[in-house]
Amino acid sequence: MTWGLVLGLAAFAYAFKVIGLVVVGDRRIPPALDRCLMLIPAALVAALVVKDTFSSGQSLVLDARAAGVAAAVVAAWRRAPLLVVIVLGAAVTAGVRRLG
Amino acid sequence: MTAALRRMARDPELRPVWGACLTLSAAVGVFAVSFGVGAVSAGASVAQTCVMSLLVFTGASQFSAVSVIGAGGSAASAMGGAVLLAARNGVYGLAMSRRLPAGRLATRLLAAQWTIDETTAMSAAQPDARRSRAAFWITGASLYCCWNIGTLIGALAGQAIDPLAYGLDAAFPAGYVAMIWPLLAERRSAMAAGLGAVICLALIPFTPVGVPILCAALAVLIGVRR
Repeated sequence: MTWGLVLGLAAFAYAFKVIGLVVVGDRRIPPALDRCLMLIPAALVAALVVKDTFSSGQSLVLDARAAGVAAAVVAAWRRAPLLVVIVLGAAVTAGVRRLG
Repeated sequence: MTAALRRMARDPELRPVWGACLTLSAAVGVFAVSFGVGAVSAGASVAQTCVMSLLVFTGASQFSAVSVIGAGGSAASAMGGAVLLAARNGVYGLAMSRRLPAGRLATRLLAAQWTIDETTAMSAAQPDARRSRAAFWITGASLYCCWNIGTLIGALAGQAIDPLAYGLDAAFPAGYVAMIWPLLAERRSAMAAGLGAVICLALIPFTPVGVPILCAALAVLIGVRR
């Protein structure tokens, strides 16, 4: 591990964050673009869910996490608080993993 | 900043946000411990490990860089994968720029450092603009503290609990499910979520890690049509 890597990565990571936040800023933008930007969290977070549930590196896998996330989906559908959903998802995953 | 957080701590409307943040931060803290352990065993010094968490502050990139180095990869290849993973924060920044008020430049520069998966998702889950902003700052502050304290503990301890034994790897997707649930009530958001998930799944086997999430952002183009 080199300091060059640490600081270079820090610079890249911060640059991405800043550019996103400042490039549009509070500028007036066309309504169609605004509608697209408002959809970003739904699209990306849904993608994160499937990635974190069904992948390991570049391979698709079905393991204990799927059971935990399925339990989380049921809990979210039953309007359980976020805290309950998170704890349930982790607990079911840990349980299935121990059994498996 | 601390005064603003103290005000938010007393606001009863924000109590559920605090509860959720602290749970999420606890899980993040455990992962930070394992990052600290992993980084030191991959040959990073304690200082390098801690500076990485303080300055890079985007977990997926940090884990990826450390695992490439640990496996004997070059700094350039470690950088490439980590940068790809960090790029999605730029997309989150675009989304957050519509939700955070203009404010002072210093506030924006701090907000930028905290623009990551968890803060964007928590903020988007809130029913109104005020709670959306509060959730961003509360999540950002608590995650930043837990991530860095956890990293230090891991780097010093060298040995820690196994997050997988407690199912903590599933705590993140489970939390994200709950966070986007309220968004799915709106038809267009539900379509964007479905399309984003499909794009990501389809690309995982064929593209480098980090690319599927970036490409999932193309799902927002359904917003072009009224």
